[in-house]
Amino acid sequence: MTNPISDIEKADVILVTGSNTTETHPVISSAIKRAAKFGGKGLIVIDPREITLKQYATLKMAPRPGGDIAWINGMIHVILKEGLQAKEYILDRTEGFDAMAEAVAPFTPEYVEKITGIPGNTLVEAARLYAGAEKGSILYCMGITQHINGTNAVKSLANLAMVCGNLGIEGGGVNPLRGQNNVQGACDMGGLPDVYPGYRKVHDESHAQTMEKAWGVTGLSRTPGITATDMVDAAIDGTLKALYVIGENPLVSEADLNHTEKGFHNLEFLVVQDIFMTETAQAANVVLPALCFAEKEGTFTNTERRVQRVRKAVDGPEGVPADWEIVCDLARRMGVPMEFKSAEAIFTELAAVTPAFSGLSYKRIEKEGIPWPCPTADHPGTPRLHVGSFAKGKGTFFPIEWTPPAEVTDAEYPLALTTGRVLYHYHTGTMTRKSKGLNERSPECFVEMAGSDAKNLGLSDGTLATVTSRRGNIKARVKVSRRMHKGTVFIPFHFAEAAANRLTNAKLDPDSKIPEFKVCAVRIGSAPEARG
Amino acid sequence: MWHTYLISAFKTNPLATRGVCILPTAVVSFLPWQTSLNQKTDKVRLEMEHKDKSMIIDGRALRFTEGETILEVARRNHIDIPTLCHLKGATPTGACRVCVVEVEGARTLMTSCTVPATAGMVVHSESPEVIRSRRMTIELMLTSGRHDDCLVCPSSGDCRLQDLAFRYKVKGATFTPSGVKYPMEAANPFILRDFSKCILCGRCVQACNEVQVNEAIDFGYRGAEAKIVTKGDRALKDSDCVFCGECVQACPVAALVPKNARLVPRMSETRAVKTTCSYCGVGCQMNLHVKNNRVWHVTGCEEVAPNHGSLCVKGRYGFDFIASEHRLTTPLIKENGAFREASWDEALDLTARRFKEIAGAHADAVGVLTSARVTNEENYIAQKFARTVLKTNNIDHCARL
Ligand code: SF4
Ligand code: SF4
Ligand code: SF4
Ligand code: FES
Repeated sequence: MTNPISDIEKADVILVTGSNTTETHPVISSAIKRAAKFGGKGLIVIDPREITLKQYATLKMAPRPGGDIAWINGMIHVILKEGLQAKEYILDRTEGFDAMAEAVAPFTPEYVEKITGIPGNTLVEAARLYAGAEKGSILYCMGITQHINGTNAVKSLANLAMVCGNLGIEGGGVNPLRGQNNVQGACDMGGLPDVYPGYRKVHDESHAQTMEKAWGVTGLSRTPGITATDMVDAAIDGTLKALYVIGENPLVSEADLNHTEKGFHNLEFLVVQDIFMTETAQAANVVLPALCFAEKEGTFTNTERRVQRVRKAVDGPEGVPADWEIVCDLARRMGVPMEFKSAEAIFTELAAVTPAFSGLSYKRIEKEGIPWPCPTADHPGTPRLHVGSFAKGKGTFFPIEWTPPAEVTDAEYPLALTTGRVLYHYHTGTMTRKSKGLNERSPECFVEMAGSDAKNLGLSDGTLATVTSRRGNIKARVKVSRRMHKGTVFIPFHFAEAAANRLTNAKLDPDSKIPEFKVCAVRIGSAPEARG
Repeated sequence: MWHTYLISAFKTNPLATRGVCILPTAVVSFLPWQTSLNQKTDKVRLEMEHKDKSMIIDGRALRFTEGETILEVARRNHIDIPTLCHLKGATPTGACRVCVVEVEGARTLMTSCTVPATAGMVVHSESPEVIRSRRMTIELMLTSGRHDDCLVCPSSGDCRLQDLAFRYKVKGATFTPSGVKYPMEAANPFILRDFSKCILCGRCVQACNEVQVNEAIDFGYRGAEAKIVTKGDRALKDSDCVFCGECVQACPVAALVPKNARLVPRMSETRAVKTTCSYCGVGCQMNLHVKNNRVWHVTGCEEVAPNHGSLCVKGRYGFDFIASEHRLTTPLIKENGAFREASWDEALDLTARRFKEIAGAHADAVGVLTSARVTNEENYIAQKFARTVLKTNNIDHCARL
């Protein structure tokens, strides 16, 4: 996030899109609801589904899946047409405005309505509401990013924020709500194929040399590696032969699972380190047990970049070391010693080699976490990015074109499928599905659809249906719900036995390499009830 | 349905719904210059003359900022005014009257949690009058429902009413107990509602409506029948409740406790370890309450960002997996399609050998998938391993947001 969670209630208007916040980030959703209900703040909620947060909205819109760039460009179009933009801010702090303005010119409310189904006058009202506020905060989640054009959609949200002067101010910002607890940290720490800790490029000679010096090694590869999704293809064509998976369950979480499975089964050697026998561990040659968060020391970095302590509360299963100890042990056995005394010692090293972390230590975050960048020991941390000036000087507007989703509905696959989470489960369900209570509240996979769609298909609430896409099929119970608009269905992806990702499309956003989880085309028919 | 069951005046003082009224709650004007109770106060008052935004509590001259309540000024200065219904972050209701103080010039005692500090105000936080009133209040609470079984109460040792009874030496023997009006409700996986313990302080209602804004519960029925209800007085499991447990954490007594509270160690027997939730990216700060190497309860840390005490159902109740019998405990090696148990040495040697062979024979033929679920330290080590040991940048993690 560019801004802290506490800024949400300081905004005058909050725009939430592609985030079913009450279920995926419940504690943040409370802040949004408080702002709308008690703070008298404007709330604009944009989502293909009638999610709970819409009950608190001043204004809501339901674009068809895949239409995000269209309505964002449309809002900018209206703002510029009505002269509501932050003229001075644009002049002083940004560049590239003209090209962007040209790109949004075709996005009249009428055109946007054609693409997204959002009524033109609603779009105009939304634009006025957002631009009319002094401080506007934008919150988004995977509903925006998990599309073939997700990176562009994020850039167009940044355009929208900058047009109204909302980046780099208290109560403003363009704020991604991170899905998993430490996805921010995994990225910050260089758990990415093209960057070292602190986002320094591996192909940049000076960065590579800096890291060689810091680590006391030579010959670091200057070639960026391949992403998780590309690893699957590389495994299929045989160029990737061995894989070491630490605490992930790609055989449920990756898009187009049938394809992913093919890749994993083609590997010569697969090692999986996890706390449970996951679907991915089943496929491994070697399985290594691991400790869970309650059994070890360390830090997680939350969605607002706040580095926070993880503390050991109980002993784990006897003899099981922490993940880092296992990795260090492997390194030693491979003849490259990597010795650390404790998690804290690792933190000291990573802070020393990661400029944004230089000022952090366990001692400093003992009471409360500190948001990075925190370059020096007396630096208070940076809750807000881009205040006063942008990291790279001027904020850049990007001209963004709308492109349709990679797969659109047709006569054969007439329904748009969108996937996501439910309140009671988390990710691939490895942990939450071990909880009796959470399972009781949410026992099985379902396919949520509008009553009219169910009726047309001859299905009723609670019947078992087969959902089929070009890549696979699963069975799920029909859940007829008022939250869905006609033509769009929703399936949560937590349930391995009816994994939504058997259906999803692995088409990647060319920049972020995020697959298009959020929209693909399916058809639904009734399934014979299993006997037993 | 909702309306037929419930009183219409929800937002009024909930005390009126209890048929329990100890003192008139009308706000009374007061004259700050009225005669003081003692000379010390007089002296301090002289000292602070002409200094606005100052007041006196228990003989101490204290500065305050506009809008602060008497309670807030006192707390900031370590003057311990007890409270019960007061919930940080919610509108003060003045419902319980435990926090009453004597304000010179006021005709009645005033609830310090609702009354703003004003310049020159003179307050006595523990005068005989105040103590008498608090004792009466506590006495009445102890006789509502059942509070004679502290010995087997799951909240014992972690109960504000018990603490207050101890502080003011109240035994709850003055009035006839009102008896148990509503049966316990346990028809959901997480929360036990024991109405016989409810003192109708309203903290749960505020926690649900003003803090989490889930709007699942409110005051219902009138007078002596008053009860905390969901819409239509249904069971929690059939209501709008999302089991965030904010109300459980807010309840000062044992009227709202974890479902299994009677079967597991009491909160007061456990040791709290502060940590970060391992589910979503909010990164809520939480206490794991531990006894005998096992986590029994989870509560939100109240004084820190980002969550200030709030949690969701996953963070608060989704911790069974820690002690799950399905945890992996020993390394496994697959042979002829089936796993067999192996020693750490054997498993790690095999892994090291295969990685070395493959990485040695083909550049970039090995990859590492690290995780958005493990710590920064572990991610750092994983990428350092990929880059310096496997000599590849083939490192990524799964979900990219
Ligand atoms: S658990 Fe949460 S939603 Fe349910 S009644 Fe309590 S505060 Fe409200
Ligand atoms: S359930 Fe607890 S918090 Fe709610 S009114 Fe009763 S005593 Fe107060
Ligand atoms: S308690 Fe809930 S909202 Fe908070 S971090 Fe955990 S999963 Fe997220
Ligand atoms: S704490 Fe002030 S009236 Fe209850």
